[in-house]
Amino acid sequence: MFRRLAPISDPLSFKFEGLALSAEKGESVALALLASGIESCRDSVVHGRPRGPYCLMGACFECLVVIDGVASRQGCQVEVRQGMVITRQSGARSMSGATQS
Amino acid sequence: MSVVAVEHASDLAAFYEVVVVGAGPAGMSAATLLAAEGLSVLVLDENPAPGGQIYRSITYNAAARQGYLGEAYWQGAPIAAAFLQSSLTYAPRCRAWSLDGASIADNEPYARVGVSLGGVARHVQAAKVILATGALERPMPVPGWTLPGVMSAGAAQIALKTSGLVPTGRVVLAGCGPLLYQLAVQLHDAGANIVALLDTSPGLRSAWRYLPAFVFSPYMFKGVALLTKARRKLRVIGGVSQLEINGEDRATGVSLRIGRTEQTLTADLVLLHQGVIPDTALANCAGCALEWNEAIRAFEPQTDARGRSSLPDVYIAGDGAGIAGALASSEAGRAVALAVLGALVSPQDDKIEKRRLSSLHRCAQLRRGRRFIDAAYLPAPQFLAPPDDQTLVCRCEEVTAGTLRDVARRGLTGPNQLKVFTRCGMGPCQGRLCGPTVVELLADLMNTRPADVGTYRLRPPIKPLRLSEIAALPHDDTETHAVTGLWPDSSAPLTFSNIERETLNDR
Repeated sequence: MFRRLAPISDPLSFKFEGLALSAEKGESVALALLASGIESCRDSVVHGRPRGPYCLMGACFECLVVIDGVASRQGCQVEVRQGMVITRQSGARSMSGATQS
Repeated sequence: MSVVAVEHASDLAAFYEVVVVGAGPAGMSAATLLAAEGLSVLVLDENPAPGGQIYRSITYNAAARQGYLGEAYWQGAPIAAAFLQSSLTYAPRCRAWSLDGASIADNEPYARVGVSLGGVARHVQAAKVILATGALERPMPVPGWTLPGVMSAGAAQIALKTSGLVPTGRVVLAGCGPLLYQLAVQLHDAGANIVALLDTSPGLRSAWRYLPAFVFSPYMFKGVALLTKARRKLRVIGGVSQLEINGEDRATGVSLRIGRTEQTLTADLVLLHQGVIPDTALANCAGCALEWNEAIRAFEPQTDARGRSSLPDVYIAGDGAGIAGALASSEAGRAVALAVLGALVSPQDDKIEKRRLSSLHRCAQLRRGRRFIDAAYLPAPQFLAPPDDQTLVCRCEEVTAGTLRDVARRGLTGPNQLKVFTRCGMGPCQGRLCGPTVVELLADLMNTRPADVGTYRLRPPIKPLRLSEIAALPHDDTETHAVTGLWPDSSAPLTFSNIERETLNDR
């Protein structure tokens, strides 16, 4: 869906749904996913339809993902870090299973 | 001299003379000027680096490597460089989630901005606040616009500017507005395969009235050069009156209608755009009066000649006050900063006032010809309110245009009641992606003007905050009692079971 014009210069690795992927240091989770060929990162809350990053500027909340166990993170607003474990956000948000911080 | 960048909420001072929200052209220029005058200035911005959306990643990119971004983009480099050399506090990766004007009744002598930085929420006080929150893309609700493989044009531009990402496969751009053409040329120059640019603008209509001012404006040369370039390099299809995105689990193409002919194109990525509108969320939640601007068909905050909103200590500059473009916004930032400087330092200072007036003059020059662009690129009605009942209007809560019309026909007081009845606008985006459509849809259905329909009333937090952040905010005994039903000094300790018993007793 997207390709990088320049190869990654300062790589780091992260996981999405168990898949080992690499990204450029400093880029957002949403861009790291798009650059890795992941175009859908969540399922919608009512009909469970696949959704992916739409605006990339923090307005649309389509790129919500679960990052290191914390749900409802905006992928385009969070910088990807070495060793991050990211999973799809599926369905409506829930209080059960919420992690303490 | 250079900015002091802060990463943690605890590193912020409790009070600044001026808090600027947004580090795009308007915010950077306003902050640079005020810091040079010796005021204590805090700049809050969501991005990791200054530039806003238009000059995004300007401090990382270079014309030698990213020539495809085009000349207009590099005009942001000196603005960002001057900003980074200023003596001010700069909080990148920071969210402004609330704003309250000063209130004598509430014993609040200063404006208060709610911020979230480094995972911690807090308030900072300011004598004056300048909102430079910029613009959002107007939503373009067409069937299939929620499918993966469909993005806003601005998103593709952000991917290109921040990570050097170029779409692979067949790209279709659809909609109207200067940004759509700019992006098409940028993507083409960066090596993307643009199958077609589908222009949905309904023609010049009333725009010819504003043509003379446009012909002698700075927009003229740039605009004509851009259109010529786009038409030479790309397949531009005009007069598109209907658009639908095809696909089950992702976009596979588009169906379009021009006059009586229908056509289908296959595509791997569809980029939508219907112009930009002011981002009024923070002004709205602060209670700043909004007014309808028919020229751009959007609500914008009411501002006086000095850039002051209906709240005396809240000023608004740049696209967040009304769409002006990057260079005009930068100049508007300076003009508003001079108004703030005058108000804070010496209201009777002729020199400041003179500088402000010449800044306003330059701003007016930069804006000359804007009316033509606004009128020429006003979206067609069918792209403002989707005629097809199956089209999703609210992407978050998945509410269709048909549901909204059904409910509205039974009688409504306005968008806020529609939200309560249907959950449209109640999802995490808080109506940013459906609000403008709801206003148009209701105005069309009730056969009235959008100004009379009004828009959503936003309440803080306007950006997501974790409950733990809210709970950790300073609070007094009355507030603890309001939430838990217990007084902290009472015999019953603040345990979960006691709180539960008290709140149940309340009911």
